[in-house]
Amino acid sequence: MKAVLNVCDISHRYDDKTVLQKVAFEVEKGEFFGILGPNGSGKTTLLKLLSRELPLQEGAITLNGVSLASLSSKQLAQWIAVLPQNVDIAFGYTVKETVELGRYAHQRGLFAKWTDADERAVSAALAQVGMLAKETQTLDRLSGGERQRVYLARALVQEPSLLLLDEPTNHMDISQQILLLDQLKQWTKEKQLTVIAIFHDINLASMYCDRLLLLHEGKVANIGEPSDLIEEEMLKSVFGASVRRQAHPVVASPLITFVPNVVQENEEHILDSLTITGNREQIVVASPRPLKVLSSAVVGAGFQWATHFVNRHVPKDYDCDDPEEEMRQYLRNRSFDVHQTIGMMTAVYLEDAVIVRQKEGDVSLVAIVTAGVGNAVDASVAWKRTEAIGCAGTINIVVLIEGKLTEAAYVQAMMTATEAKAKALCDAGVVDPETGTIATGTSTDCLAIAASQTGPMYEYAGTVTPLGKALGRLVYEATAEALQKYKKRRGEAR
Amino acid sequence: MIYALAAIVAAMCMLLGISIGSLSIPFSTIIEIFLSHWFGVSPSHPIPDDLVQIVMAIRLPRVVLAFFVGASLSLAGAAFQGMLKNPLADPYTLGVSSGASVGAVLVLFFHWQWAYLGAFTLPTASIIFGLATLFLVLYFAKMADRRMSMETIILTGIIFSSFFSALISLMIALTGEELRQIIGWLLGSVAMRGWNYTLMIVPFFLVGSLLLFMNYRELNAFTFGEEAAAHIGVDVAKRKLVILTSASLLTGAAVAVSGTIGFVGLVVPHMIRLVTGPNHRFLLPLSLLYGGAFLVLADLAARTIISPRELPIGVITSLIGAPLFAFLFIKRTKRKT
Repeated sequence: MKAVLNVCDISHRYDDKTVLQKVAFEVEKGEFFGILGPNGSGKTTLLKLLSRELPLQEGAITLNGVSLASLSSKQLAQWIAVLPQNVDIAFGYTVKETVELGRYAHQRGLFAKWTDADERAVSAALAQVGMLAKETQTLDRLSGGERQRVYLARALVQEPSLLLLDEPTNHMDISQQILLLDQLKQWTKEKQLTVIAIFHDINLASMYCDRLLLLHEGKVANIGEPSDLIEEEMLKSVFGASVRRQAHPVVASPLITFVPNVVQENEEHILDSLTITGNREQIVVASPRPLKVLSSAVVGAGFQWATHFVNRHVPKDYDCDDPEEEMRQYLRNRSFDVHQTIGMMTAVYLEDAVIVRQKEGDVSLVAIVTAGVGNAVDASVAWKRTEAIGCAGTINIVVLIEGKLTEAAYVQAMMTATEAKAKALCDAGVVDPETGTIATGTSTDCLAIAASQTGPMYEYAGTVTPLGKALGRLVYEATAEALQKYKKRRGEAR
Repeated sequence: MIYALAAIVAAMCMLLGISIGSLSIPFSTIIEIFLSHWFGVSPSHPIPDDLVQIVMAIRLPRVVLAFFVGASLSLAGAAFQGMLKNPLADPYTLGVSSGASVGAVLVLFFHWQWAYLGAFTLPTASIIFGLATLFLVLYFAKMADRRMSMETIILTGIIFSSFFSALISLMIALTGEELRQIIGWLLGSVAMRGWNYTLMIVPFFLVGSLLLFMNYRELNAFTFGEEAAAHIGVDVAKRKLVILTSASLLTGAAVAVSGTIGFVGLVVPHMIRLVTGPNHRFLLPLSLLYGGAFLVLADLAARTIISPRELPIGVITSLIGAPLFAFLFIKRTKRKT
């Protein structure tokens, strides 16, 4: 692909203040190119140099191989269209009249004729931004987002090869932002339109841009694809704020969150202030502060911050098409905040729940386990099973940890706990009824690892780390005890 | 269609202006006079010579002059309002009229009489001063701010206006017998100027209005701000200069032949904008036609209300214009909130 725009070592100075220094980059045809940087990094100056709003002081800018400075105003407007951040509202102009102005650069002569081609371009652009129905309305009657779309249509009828946008989503609500950016993205693909946009929101930029330019104090800090560029360290040095990088749930691009500097360090031991209440219907663990939880629970699965952990007893013949929604309803009816609650279900009698605390040196843990093995499965031979089984029986494990866990530590804690559980089943001689082999768990087991994210730091929680050792032992012991209680009750029942 | 209506209105106003006066002349007679005079069509019955004289030598030039002055001021007003993005701007915003007035008052004050020009010394001096003011304002604005932003231009215009007003006040304070003449000129009049005066404004009017018509798209673009205009491909510096110069040319010429007549350039484009919207493609020609018609009517009122004495036409336009403008202004402010 050929570069549409070539920016070669441009510098810019306002009086004695240097705002841009030897900035150089290339943009390819059909590319969605984002410019990121803190306030005062020279983003807007750079864009104004590209649109020739400011005269070029040093360096060179070529567009389609032609020097920008050599173009006439009209030629420039045929190649580059600009959607500025703020546009003066001209009272009384209709949407269509406003868009018609965009054809100015394509009209020739003193009294240029308005051609059919002009008319078609205007209608097409209005249709593309979804404003055709409002073409006779006046601008002052439109909302901010609609007006921005009208100006976008005006930029489009210029039929440019390059579209420049300065924080296009400013003054827009989130659905309008997504609408606009989706549209732009589509045009870069379908029409090979090249888009260069300044972004304020790093996440929007990394979701939509093919490449990003990171500007810092007038210099190029980095250029590259979002996934390469959005590094925690790099962003911290450029923006001067702590950031955490995560994966976007749907799009293959990084997601950035800023960490406030005023996070309260609560020294109080959270595990000492838990309240655990239980009856035949439910066991509830309540924490005065939210804990960060990684779980496979019915409600609140994945990573979540939670203050309540509910293990609910359901009848053995519990059958529901949408257990998650049913569980949410159950929680709502009992005044739990579903967004801060981890909800699990079991058919096991809750009187048999095992609650174990452990405090060894720095490591402080609580585990709550309910176990039933009516449904026991050997994971290694489960593929031999032909159909899903109907009988209830499950092992629910909640582990609460005093400490800060990394994501790696969470996943390792899940592994360690699972291995300990499997070992407890093995030692108790629980057998997969289908295959007759030793079971490794049940088909509906739940596991939740919750940590206070205050106190000691745990980078890892593998089986031989301090946390892993304590965790493995605690889960093994609690599960073993819970299995024993289950066995005993089964024996009594017979 | 809207142009035809406006043209008919303007023609009717002009006929009315010729018809009414100390001696009432019916429309049919006026038309017969025109036909015989210009096309050699002999009238159905002979028309007295003095009547022909009144129409052709006194009333027609006066009405035509009023029309040109009104049209020039309205056009200039429309252009300034679009260019400065300010519907409250008027043709006098840049101080051109003050400069032109200084020229005229100087002529009256010192009894200048330039060779070969005779009675035309005053309008000639006035136009020269007006144009000189325009270039001074633009030059100073450029010195103050290389980009020549609208704010700078307006501010420079105000500075020059105030300075020239002070000069005029100074001359008024120092003058004796010319006082009445100076005040009379400043209040504006299209009376007793004859064809020569009327013809003086024509070249400026033609050049100025043609240049503005050719720039109606640019004017629309400027209404969205200079940046937006630049983005769609308008050569901002060049077009700004052309539009401001044309509008000032119209203003200067109008002031030179008739004195400062207020509110025409402000109210007429404003009213038209309320009806047809702000698109300069319609606004400019309609301002021309209705502005001319408005001043013809104002002149008619000026010379008939307390006839046989005449009121200064500037007084009439301001008496009608100011309350009308206040009304429009309040309406506009209300709509915004």
